[in-house]
Amino acid sequence: MSITVYVPNDSCAVAMGADQVAAAISEQARNRGLEIDIVRNGSRGLYWLEPMIEVATPAGRVAYGPVQKNDVEGLFEADFLNGGAHALHLGLTEEMDYFKRQQRLTFARVGITDPISLDDYIKHDGYRGLKNALAMNSADIVKHVTDSGLRGRGGAAFPTGIKWNTVLNTPADQKYIICNADEGDSGTFSDRMIMEGDPFVLVEGMTIAGLGVGATQGYIYLRVEYPHAEKMLNAAIAAAYEAGYLGDNILGSGHAFHLEVRIGAGAYVCGEETSLMESLEGKRGLVRFKPPLPAISGLFGKPTVVNNVISLASVPIILDKGGDYYRDFGMGRSRGTLPIQLSGNIKRPGLVESAFGLTLRELLYDFGGGSASGRPIRAVQVGGPLGSYMPESQFDTPLDYEAFSAIWAVLGHGGIVAFDDTVNIAEMARYSMEFCAIESCGKCTPCRIGSTRGTEVMDAIIKGDNLNKNIPLLRDLCDTLLNGSLCALGGMTPYPVLSALNHFPEDFGAQDKANAA
Amino acid sequence: MCFLHAYLKYAILRHPYSETKEQHSETNMTDLNGRQEAVRNAIASLKDKPGALLPILHSVQDTIGYIPADSIPDIARALNLSRAEVHGVISFYHYFRDTPPGKHTLHVCRAESCQAMGSKQLESHIKNRLGIDYHETTADGKFSLEPVYCLGLCARSPSLQIDDAVYGRVTEERFDAIVNELEASL
Repeated sequence: MSITVYVPNDSCAVAMGADQVAAAISEQARNRGLEIDIVRNGSRGLYWLEPMIEVATPAGRVAYGPVQKNDVEGLFEADFLNGGAHALHLGLTEEMDYFKRQQRLTFARVGITDPISLDDYIKHDGYRGLKNALAMNSADIVKHVTDSGLRGRGGAAFPTGIKWNTVLNTPADQKYIICNADEGDSGTFSDRMIMEGDPFVLVEGMTIAGLGVGATQGYIYLRVEYPHAEKMLNAAIAAAYEAGYLGDNILGSGHAFHLEVRIGAGAYVCGEETSLMESLEGKRGLVRFKPPLPAISGLFGKPTVVNNVISLASVPIILDKGGDYYRDFGMGRSRGTLPIQLSGNIKRPGLVESAFGLTLRELLYDFGGGSASGRPIRAVQVGGPLGSYMPESQFDTPLDYEAFSAIWAVLGHGGIVAFDDTVNIAEMARYSMEFCAIESCGKCTPCRIGSTRGTEVMDAIIKGDNLNKNIPLLRDLCDTLLNGSLCALGGMTPYPVLSALNHFPEDFGAQDKANAA
Repeated sequence: MCFLHAYLKYAILRHPYSETKEQHSETNMTDLNGRQEAVRNAIASLKDKPGALLPILHSVQDTIGYIPADSIPDIARALNLSRAEVHGVISFYHYFRDTPPGKHTLHVCRAESCQAMGSKQLESHIKNRLGIDYHETTADGKFSLEPVYCLGLCARSPSLQIDDAVYGRVTEERFDAIVNELEASL
C-alpha cells in the first residue's frame, strides 16, 4: 500500500520552497522504487516550520520541518515514511503544543485535507451545513446565524445575522452575496489560508448565505495579489458545479446559486464594501455614501450581503452544529472563535484559531515565543494598517472587540504584527499617513488631502522641526480625518498615528524637548 | 467660445490617446496585430458579463503585459463607455499599467510586517542592485520594480514576488542569487 506524504501547497510554504521539496520527494521515491502518494494540503499554520511535511502513519500524522530540498535524501535514509527519527522530526502534528492548544472550528480542515478534493471535503464533515440548510426555510437559516453571535470578521464586527436579515426582508427580483476577499491588511493572511487550504468551506458558506437571504448569484472579490487562491477557488467552484452543489438546482432542491471569482487590481480601498461594489460594477473604486446600506441597495442597486471570507467560512459549522454550539465559545459579546495571525518580528509566526479571550501576552509569548530577533517586543500593531500600535503595558488586554475599543484599539481581522525595540514608531506613523495617501480613493477631502498633509507634518516632526506647533497640528489633522472621512480608510488612519504618538512620545521628539527644557 | 475652442483643440492634442499612433509607429506589424487580436478576444469573450470592464482589462494585461492606449477606444465602444471612463479605471488601480513591463516584474512588499523584519534595508538593496526606483523598468528591459502592500506572506517576512513566484524570508544574498539566476536565463 502506498504511503501518503503531505507537502503544503499554501503560498507561504511555497515561498519557502515547498514545490522543490515535493519534486525532490517524488524523485527520491521513484529512484528507490517506493510507492508514495503526495497530497498538496493547506498549511497547518505553523509557519516557522514551513515547509512542514507530514507522513500518514498508523499512529497519526508525523511532521518534519522546516524541510528544504537538500534534506529530502536524508529523510528517506532516516525512513521518514515510517516516522523515523531525524533532526527535523517534530512528532505527531496533533500533539504539537502550538496546534493542540487551539480550537479550530473555521479552520477544522485546513492543512488536513486535499483542498480541491470534494470527496475529501465531504469525508471531513463538509457540506453537512448546506444539507441542514436545505431542509430549513430562509428565516431559520438566518436565525441560526443570528443565534451564533457571529460578527463580521473583516474588521467592523457587525452582527452577520442582522445584515442577512435585512437582505432577507428586502424584496427584490435579484439579490447578491459578495465575499470580500480583498484581504489587504498587512499582517493578515487567514483569508488566504482558507481560500488556499479549504476553498470548499467558503463555497459552502456562500451557498448557505444565498439560501438564507434568497440570493442566486455570488461573487468572490479576490485581490490580485493572491493568484494561488484564485486557482484553488476556481478548482473548487468547478468541482462543486460538477457535483451539483452549485448551479440552477442545488442537490435537486430547486434552489439556484451561482458563484464566480472576480479579481481586484491592487487598490486597498476596494476592501471597503461600497468601493468593492463599484469595482465589481467595473468602475473606479470610489467609496459610496451610506445610506443606502448595501443590504438594501448594493451591487447593481440590488440588496447585497457583503461578508468577509472568515465570516462566510464560519457559516457551514454554524449550520452543521447549530448557532448555540458556536455561541458557546468566546467571551462577552465576542462569540465563537477568531483566527489570529501572528507575524512581524516574532519567533513562531502563524495561525492561531481560538475562542475570543486570549490575551496579547499569551499570544506573543506562549504561542509566538517572543521576538524573532531575541530583543524585547516593544510594540504590536493589531488589526492591520488602520489598527493602533499597542505598548507592552497593554499586552494583558484580552482579544475581545469591546475590550479593544475601550482602550482605543482595533481587533479588526485578528492580525498581530510584532516589532522589537529597534523600531522607530514615528517612522511607522509616517508610513500610516503615506499609505493612506497612496491608497485614498480621493472622494472625500479629509482623506485625500489630509493624508498628504499628514505625511508632510510627520516629516517635519521626525526632523524635529517646531514640535510645539507640529504635534498639535498633527492631532488636529487626525481629528479631521477621524470625524470627517467618508470611510474607514481616512477615518481610521488616526488610530496608528495617534496611538503611536500617545504611547511612544519619546519617538516623536519628546526626549529632545525635555533635554532642551 | 473662441477660448473654449482653442482649449478643446489643445486638450485633444494633449490627450494621451492622440499620441498613440506616434508611440507605436516603431512597433512592427505582427506585434500590433497580436495586440489587437488579444484585445478583440478579451472584448468578445467577456463583454456580456455584468461589470465587464475589470475582467476585460485583466485579460488584456494578462495577454499583452500591459494595457496599450490604442486598445482603449475599442474597449470603451464595446461597453458603451467614454474613453475617459476607461482611462479613469485603468489609472485608478495600481495593478494596471499602460506601458510594457520588463521581462520580469518584481513586487516588493512594503507593509508593516515586512518592515518589522527589515524590508526597508532590503528595499534599498534591491533598488541599488537594479539601479531603478519603484514604477521603473531597467534600461535593458529586464526588470520592472513595483511596491506591493502585502502579499499575505507576513508569517515569513520580508517577502517578494517575481512574476508568479513568491519568496519568503528574503535576505540580500538570497535576492542576489535569485536575480543572478534570472539574468543568466535571459
